[in-house]
Amino acid sequence: MTATANGRQREQLVIVGNGMVGHHCVEQLIERGALQHFEVRVFGEERQRAYDRVHLSEYFGGSCAETLAMCEQGFYPSQGVHLHLGEAVVEIDRTRREVVTPQGRYAYDQLILATGSYPFVPPIEGASGNARLVYRTLDDLDAIRAAASNAQRGVVVGGGLLGLEAANALKSLGLEAHVVEFAPRLMPVQLDSEGGAALKAQIEALGVGVHLSRATQSISAGEGYRYRMNFDGGEHLETDLIVFSAGIRPQDALARACGLDTAARGGVVVDNHCRTSDARIFAIGECASWNGSVFGLVAPGYSMARNLAALLVGDAAVAFTGADMSTKLKLLGVDVGSIGDAHGATPGSRSYRFIDEANAAYRRLVVDASGKHVLGAVLVGDNSYYDTLLQYAQNGIALPADPAALILPQTGGAPALGADALPDSATICSCHNVSKGAVCAAIDSGCSDLASVKGCTKAASGCGGCAALLKQVFEHELTARGVTVDKSLCEHFAYTRQELYGLVRVGGIRTFHDLLVRHGKGHVGCAICKPAVGNILASCWNQPIMDPALVPLQDTNDTFMANMQKNGTYSVVPRIPGGEITPDKLIVIGQVAKKYDLYTKITGGQRIDLFGAQLHELPLIWGELIEAGFETGHAYGKSTRTVKSCVGSTWCRYGVQDSVAMALRLEDRYKGLRSPHKLKFAVSGCTRECAEAQSKDIGVIATDKGWNLYVCGNGGMRPRHAELFATDLDDDTLVRLIDRVLMFYIRTADKLQRTSVWRENLEGGLAYLKQVILDDSLGLATELEAQMQHVVDHYECEWANALNDPEKLKRFRTFVNDHRADPDVHFVREREQRRPAAALHLIPTVEEAV
Amino acid sequence: MNLSNTAVAHQPNWQTVCQARDLVADSGVVVWHEGAQVALFYLPGQEQALYALDNRDPRSGANIIGRGLVGSVQGQLVVAAPLYKQHFSLHSGHCLEDAAQRLRVWPVRINGEAVELAVA
Repeated sequence: MTATANGRQREQLVIVGNGMVGHHCVEQLIERGALQHFEVRVFGEERQRAYDRVHLSEYFGGSCAETLAMCEQGFYPSQGVHLHLGEAVVEIDRTRREVVTPQGRYAYDQLILATGSYPFVPPIEGASGNARLVYRTLDDLDAIRAAASNAQRGVVVGGGLLGLEAANALKSLGLEAHVVEFAPRLMPVQLDSEGGAALKAQIEALGVGVHLSRATQSISAGEGYRYRMNFDGGEHLETDLIVFSAGIRPQDALARACGLDTAARGGVVVDNHCRTSDARIFAIGECASWNGSVFGLVAPGYSMARNLAALLVGDAAVAFTGADMSTKLKLLGVDVGSIGDAHGATPGSRSYRFIDEANAAYRRLVVDASGKHVLGAVLVGDNSYYDTLLQYAQNGIALPADPAALILPQTGGAPALGADALPDSATICSCHNVSKGAVCAAIDSGCSDLASVKGCTKAASGCGGCAALLKQVFEHELTARGVTVDKSLCEHFAYTRQELYGLVRVGGIRTFHDLLVRHGKGHVGCAICKPAVGNILASCWNQPIMDPALVPLQDTNDTFMANMQKNGTYSVVPRIPGGEITPDKLIVIGQVAKKYDLYTKITGGQRIDLFGAQLHELPLIWGELIEAGFETGHAYGKSTRTVKSCVGSTWCRYGVQDSVAMALRLEDRYKGLRSPHKLKFAVSGCTRECAEAQSKDIGVIATDKGWNLYVCGNGGMRPRHAELFATDLDDDTLVRLIDRVLMFYIRTADKLQRTSVWRENLEGGLAYLKQVILDDSLGLATELEAQMQHVVDHYECEWANALNDPEKLKRFRTFVNDHRADPDVHFVREREQRRPAAALHLIPTVEEAV
Repeated sequence: MNLSNTAVAHQPNWQTVCQARDLVADSGVVVWHEGAQVALFYLPGQEQALYALDNRDPRSGANIIGRGLVGSVQGQLVVAAPLYKQHFSLHSGHCLEDAAQRLRVWPVRINGEAVELAVA
């Protein structure tokens, strides 16, 4: 024991293992104030501190060890926890109550085993070297990467959850990937045969070979590839490397060696409080065997860690009573979900099934004999049904009259479970185990906005998947309590964006300060209202955003008129109207990119993005671009981005109108227009629609009589088709209608609301919008056009404006007192261009030992 | 130089890092000081007009705090980190959303035309 500052003795708490569960336990201990009672010492066998094993395949998709890390570098020492990395515990001396490592002996009063598991590799003749890789740790992944460097094809043995993740990893390394599974279907634990078949079809469509009911007998030298896998039955498959992912085994060697009870199928035997047969030793996560079961998912490990931390600090301890093995995953990009009794093993249970062979989608709903409750479900291809089904299953909510509706395709208005139908015990956030009751309690104890509910309960602060549900529950509960839901922009303005827009417009207000004094609270504003007001001012008056009174309002990217990237450097996008560019201008872009060594990429909006510029380089780069006739592309603003176009009737044999000329006219008119969210346009020269105008905020498609106008579409996370708004328009009418639609949107939309969501929220819908814009039902048309004309008339390239003003350029210095560049920005070269160095290359792995 | 050893350690050691005209009102700039990157936020009209914080964002590892948006959250003056938007108190460097994140702060003042940082 050690003495603390106040003279009390602290017990020695040793944790063996620094994986996800071990780390979660440390977090829980810290949160519960355990460091007052314990001196905590953590041993990790691996060199890296705890990292996210669930997302291991992202390591090949661009993530590095640092981004996968579960905590900040230096977190343990800053909290006073001793972390011994790369130091394996080799023995537990229960008599002397010490753990032994190659470096020394450390006393414990309480000991937690969180040693996890190791991959099981079946004994197969010839399985060695690159024919015996496994997929568990970052070191394993480095070994796979090395093996893949001169390989064409890779095989994963095991078609379970981890096996498919491993196949994804091989695929992202550029290999032809195959999966070999002993069982007659993929994911035999989670899926039934139809679900397995749907998953197989989807995965094969992605180019991954799937070989079922195959047992590998031996591995020998191959002919076309390095190895040949010989299956029983005489078939074979050749490959350059083999990754085994045929299940895990609890890492219980330490426990066995010191005589703790272990289960017949492996694992340290624990009771409901994770205590082993030695009262001073606990085991949590995949190394523990509870009631004869080992849980190979992270969530049960987390609840063991949580319960144990509570027990150790003397909080009300919750017994571990098994775990729900329901899972929702994206494997190789395919949604897979499995809830409760997925196989319908419960006597008397009945199933509803939906099979869509065209899209290889499958859903199964298992209900109990009474037909009233959900027992389980299987989902392949679309997990949007998962949350609702899980709530039904976990909370015993009575099924609707037609249970099949829960898994049938939803055309308009999904039968989602309303917030009021959820019982208090319903889990809202499974990452932090927050129930609806806990959310209600937080509201009752005074949390009056969503942020404080999140802060108080931690709900939606894990994976964030429950954010929408949390908001729904929160607003429902507030309404139920008779509270009007506060729609204020922020604590400084008790108005919505629409109302502020009206105040600015009617009052002729030109500065944030003026608006704050007249209609707001405080003297400073915040990161919510400042950019929102900056945007409104720009939409109304279109003054240069670098004017001194406007600069402090601009959000990250607007402030420096460039897009900040993850390492703090910027990307630069010159405007290329309609995607049309002369060879001379193209050469200038190439020369500038070369001179400043900028990573160069063509964007989806038919222009060119130049990455990796430091702050002080931006004015130099723009000086050269503007000299060559370029203007800013506003890629950083909530503003008009691009007008994409096809080549149109001038070249294309199908074209019926000059789509490029129209795209140039539109881009020239609306460039620099600031709006509640970004605006994308496209013009197609015929009905073949090569410019994809129907996925844009404003889409224009040529007809033989003129133009058809589509409005309020978008791509991105939640794609929406634009809707046909007016047909066969001449050029000037088209422009006039776009003026009106956009200005009406700018005037009435909410902050950061795209046109599609704005249109969905318009009472009266598309018909109403047509009345306002086409029939001028509000008598606004002339005003809207005039307001747009004001914005157009006041256009000025912001970069040209800034370059002419030394005061404005003052800020474009990495250091105001030194000419050096940021010494912490590092690049590596990849595919002949530079890209940010991953933190892995920068931060030497040091032992954070005492 | 004062070579006596009495009480000197408790005197702040003020060092000029830049000129007052380098500051940008209601916004941030960054100075290089002996290997450290220090973000300076200038809020003319506030009771305390100048603040100095570490420029490194602990969440992203990038040196960007000086380019954050300044504001107030529940009466506290804060800067929002540009990449992930977490807020840091200008006074204490504490992160409002995550107690594990904290920025180093320095005493700072405007002395005539000079901006001075107190160095330990």
